Amino acid sequence: MSDPVVRAAGERAVYVHVPFCHRRCPYCDFAVVDMERESSPVERYVDALVDEIGMAEDWAPVHAVNLGGGTPSVLATEQLARILEAISERFGLVAGAEVSIEANPEDITSQSAGGLVAAGFNRISLGIQSFDSGVLRSLGRLHDPRQAREATIAAKAAGIETVNIDLIFGTPGESTESWLETVRNALGLETEHLSAYALTVERGTALSRAVAGGDPGPDPDDQADKYEALAELIELDPYEVSNWARPGAECRYNLTTWAQGEYDAFGLGAHGHRGGVRTRNFRRLDVYLDQVEGGRRPVQGTEQLDPWEREKERLFLGLRLRNGVRAGAAGAALLDSVAGQRFQAAGILKAEAGRLLVTNPLFTDAVARESLALTPVS
Amino acid sequence: MTDPTRIRNFSIIAHIDHGKSTLADRLLEFTGAVEQRDMRDQLLDTMDIERERGITIKANTVRIEYPAQDGHTYVLNLIDTPGHVDFSYEVSRSLDACEGALLLVDAAQGVEAQTLANAYLAIENGLEIIPVVNKIDLPSAEPERVSAELIGIVGGSDEDVIQVSAKSGAGIEELLEAIVTRLPAPEGNGDGPLRAMVFDSYYDTYRGVVCSLRVVDGHISDGEQVRFMATDLIESADEIGVLRPTASAVKRLSAGEVGYLITGIKEIDLIRVGDTVTDSIAPADTALPGYGEPKPMVFSGLFPTDGDEFERLREALDKLRLNDSSLVYQPETSRALGFGFRCGFLGLLHMEIVRERLEREYDLDLVATAPSVEYQAHLTDGASVQVRSPQDLPDPQVLASVSEPYVKVMVITPSEYVGTVMELIQQRRGEMGEMTYLTPERVELHYQVPLAEIVFDFFDQLKSRTRGYASMDYEPGEYRSSDLVRVNILLNGVPVDAFSSIVHKERAYRYGRAMVERLRKLIPRQLFDVPVQAAVGSRIIARETIKAQRKDVTAKCYGGDITRKRKLLERQKEGKRRMKMVGQVEVPQEAFISALRIDE
Ligand SMILES: Nc1nc2c(ncn2[C@@H]2O[C@H](COP(=O)(O)OP(=O)(O)O)[C@@H](O)[C@H]2O)c(=O)[nH]1
Ligand code: SF4
Ligand SMILES: [Mg+2]
Repeated sequence: MSDPVVRAAGERAVYVHVPFCHRRCPYCDFAVVDMERESSPVERYVDALVDEIGMAEDWAPVHAVNLGGGTPSVLATEQLARILEAISERFGLVAGAEVSIEANPEDITSQSAGGLVAAGFNRISLGIQSFDSGVLRSLGRLHDPRQAREATIAAKAAGIETVNIDLIFGTPGESTESWLETVRNALGLETEHLSAYALTVERGTALSRAVAGGDPGPDPDDQADKYEALAELIELDPYEVSNWARPGAECRYNLTTWAQGEYDAFGLGAHGHRGGVRTRNFRRLDVYLDQVEGGRRPVQGTEQLDPWEREKERLFLGLRLRNGVRAGAAGAALLDSVAGQRFQAAGILKAEAGRLLVTNPLFTDAVARESLALTPVS
Repeated sequence: MTDPTRIRNFSIIAHIDHGKSTLADRLLEFTGAVEQRDMRDQLLDTMDIERERGITIKANTVRIEYPAQDGHTYVLNLIDTPGHVDFSYEVSRSLDACEGALLLVDAAQGVEAQTLANAYLAIENGLEIIPVVNKIDLPSAEPERVSAELIGIVGGSDEDVIQVSAKSGAGIEELLEAIVTRLPAPEGNGDGPLRAMVFDSYYDTYRGVVCSLRVVDGHISDGEQVRFMATDLIESADEIGVLRPTASAVKRLSAGEVGYLITGIKEIDLIRVGDTVTDSIAPADTALPGYGEPKPMVFSGLFPTDGDEFERLREALDKLRLNDSSLVYQPETSRALGFGFRCGFLGLLHMEIVRERLEREYDLDLVATAPSVEYQAHLTDGASVQVRSPQDLPDPQVLASVSEPYVKVMVITPSEYVGTVMELIQQRRGEMGEMTYLTPERVELHYQVPLAEIVFDFFDQLKSRTRGYASMDYEPGEYRSSDLVRVNILLNGVPVDAFSSIVHKERAYRYGRAMVERLRKLIPRQLFDVPVQAAVGSRIIARETIKAQRKDVTAKCYGGDITRKRKLLERQKEGKRRMKMVGQVEVPQEAFISALRIDE
C-alpha cells in the first residue's frame, strides 16, 4: 500500500486541542484562550485533558497523534508528556506512529526541542507565517524572522523527523517581493514539509472588523499570483491544496481527516470523527472544564450523515488532494451534472481511470460547492 | 326605491395631495355616514398600497344621506377617482357614472395639469362642475388667485367657487348644499327595462366577483336573474347593496342609483367593465355604450426568478386583472429569463404598482425587463408589425422604417420655469406646440414628444427642475417615423434578450456604454474572461471584460472541523441558486434588476 491517502482512510488518529496562545492573532477564529487577557488555568486544563482521554471509548492503537491549537508549545514538556502518556495508555500507538505538535517559533529552542523528542514527538509544525518582520507585525505575531530561522534549525538539530513550516500569503501590505523572499527563506531551510495558506477574513475576528471599517482586505488575484509563484519555486511534492512534502513525509493526521478516516478528539472545541459520527466539544472553557471535572464527556453536539451525504462528503474532502479522489457514485453524479461539465470544459476538473482530479487547486471550493449540492443519479 | 330627483352622483377631480380623500372623509363624517369612533384617515383608500403611496388606484363609491336645508333627504353617491396620469381611463369611467364633479384645488398650489385635463374631460362629458378651493386654513393659501384660475377654466364668477378646509371642516355644509342645488339629478327611464352599467369590478376572496353598478334605466332586485349583455352570461343577483361606506345589502336599486352586485361568478375575467346588466326575462334591446379598452402604453417582461413559479405568476396576473382591466399580458419566452409574460401597463407607476402587488400579495419573486413602448415596424414588403419587445424588431434586411408613438403633453408651470421646461423637452426630442398664459404667473404649454422619452423619468425630471411646481398630463398622439435602432447586449458573445433595448440612433452609444459598464460591475467573475458587448446589428459599439476569477478556495479544514467547512460551502451554494445561467455565464438576479433600473 504505497498511496498514503488510501492508507490514511483506514487509519486511526487522535487530535488534542490546546487553546492557549500568548496573544490572539487578529485573523484567528480558532478556539483560543488569549493568555494576555483571559485567565489561563493551564495545569487544570491538562488535568481535564488527561481525564477526558481516560473517558474515551476503547480503540485499537492509533497511527497518528496531533496536538494543535491554540499553541501547544506554551505547555511545559512535562505537561505535553502527560498528554501523550494518557493517549498511549488509553489506545496505544502503532509502531512508527506520527506524533506531531504545532509550535510557535518563540517557544522553540534547542532545549525545548530536545524535550519534545524525549517526550515522544517526531513531527513539529512551526507557525512561522512569514520572514518579513512588517508582515509578521500586521499578522500580530510575536516572533521575528531570526527566531523563525533559529527555531527551525533547533528542531532539525534535535532530531525531530519531520519539520513543517507554516506560511501565510496575501496579507494586505505584503509585496510580491516580500513573499518571494519568504518563500526563498523557507525553502532554504530544507524542511521535509511546507504548508501555505492564503490569509482569509473570518467572521468575528479583529481583521474582519478592520476590513469592514475600510482597511484593505486580502486581494484574491494577488493571492492567486503568490500561490502560483510558490508552486513554481518549491521542489517538495504537492499533495493537498495547501501542503507540500518530501515523499513519505506527508502528514498522516491531516491525510486521515481528508480521507474521511477516523479520529478521536479531545480538548476545547475539538472535532472528532469515529464510527461514522462527527462530534464537537464545547467551545467555552468554563463549560468544558465543568463537564470533564463532573465526569462527563464534554461533547456539545454530534452529527451523523446519511449514506448519500457521506458519499458527497468523501468527494468534497478528497477533491483537495492533488492525486484526486476515487470517483464513486458522487463523482459520477458530478461528472453528469451541468456544473461538472462546465468545470471539465473550463479545464478545472479531470476524470481519469475512475478518479476525479481538480487540476487547478485554486478552484477547489468551486468544485466542492457543486459536489455538495448533487443529487444521486438514478 | 329612491326618488331619482333626490339623488346626486358626483366625483371629485383633484390633483394628488390636494385633499380629495380628506374631503371625502369630512363629507362622510358631516353626514354621519361614519360614526366618529370609526373614523380613520382616508377611509376610501382601502388598499395597503394606496395608503402607503398616498394615491388612489381604484375607483370606490360611497353612499351618503344628507338632510338638506330644503327639508328633504338626498342620497349622494360619491364616486372616487384615481389621481395619477397612468389611470386617466379610470377617471373617465368614473365620470361616466356621474352627473356632476367637484373640481378641487389646493389653495396654496393652484390648478395642476392633470386636474385640468380631467376637468376638460368632465366638461366634454357634459358634467356640471362645482369649483372648490381647499386648504383655505393654510397660511400660504391664496384663495383669490386660485379662484381666478378656476373661473378661467370653468367660467362663472367668484360666488360660484366654494371655499373649504377639508381639514377643519369649514365650508363643508355650504358644499353639500351646492351639490344638492347645483348638480343635476340623474335622468333615465325608471320604468323601462333594466340597464345598469358595470363601471368597475374587483375580486373579493370571500364573495367572488363584485361589480360596481350605476343603474341607468329600470331597477334591479335582489334575487332576480340578470344578464350581462356583452358576455351573455345569465346569473342570479345573489346580493345587491350600497357602500355606506361598509357594504350594506338592499332589496333593490333603481334608476339613478349606484351600488354593487354580487352574483355566483367566481371566475376571473368573466365580467367586463363597461358591460351592461339587464333583466334576463325582460331584457333591454340595446346595451349602453361601453368603454373603450384602456390602451397600454408601456410594456415590460415579468419573469419569476424561480422558473417553477410560472403558473403561480399566471394565476396572480389573472386575479389582478380582475381589479385592473387595464393590465394586459401574454406569455413570453426569454432565452435569459425563461418563461414569463410580456405585460402592458398604462405607465411606469402602474407597472411598479402591479409588480409590487404581485410580489407582496402573491409572494412572487420577479425580474422585470427594461420597459418599452409599442413601436411599429414597416417592412420592405409593405406590411407592418407591432413591436412590444425589442426582440420583436425585424432584421434590418427586411426593415424599411420604424415609427414610434408620440404623445401630446400638457405642462403647467410657473412662468419663471418656462425656459427650463423647454430645454428638458428639447432634450427629449419634443416639439413645441401652443403656449397659453392661464394668469400672468402660470403658463400652459403643449408639446408633441415621443412616448419613449417621457415614459421613464420625464415626470421626475420635470418635477426636480421646477422645484416641484410644474405638473403634466399626456394623451396618446400619432405614430411618427424615427431613426431607431436596437442595441443588443452580448454576454460572452451570446445576445441577452432581457438587456436589449430600442433606442434613438443618437442615444445608442450612450445606452450601450452605460449598460456594459453596469453589467461589468454587477456580474461576478466567472471561471473564464467574459466579454460584455453592446452591438447595433453586427457593429460592436461598446465593450468591457469581466476578468476571469483566479481563486476560489479557502485554506484550512479547521483542524478536523469538516462540518463547518461543509456548511459554509452549502450556504454559499444556496446563495448561488438565485443565479440565472445565461449561456455559460452565471448572472445574479440582482444584476437583472439593477441593470434595468432606469435611474442614472
Ligand atoms: N391644512 C390643510 N391640509 C389639508 C386639507 N385637506 C387635506 N389636507 C392635507 O393634505 C394632504 C393630502 O390630503 P389627501 O386627502 O390625502 O389628498 P388626496 O391625495 O387628494 O387624496 C394630507 O396631509 C391632508 O391632511 C386642508 O383643508 N387643510
Ligand atoms: S497563534 Fe495560532 S492559534 Fe493562536 S491566536 Fe495566533 S493564529 Fe490563532
Ligand atoms: Mg387620496
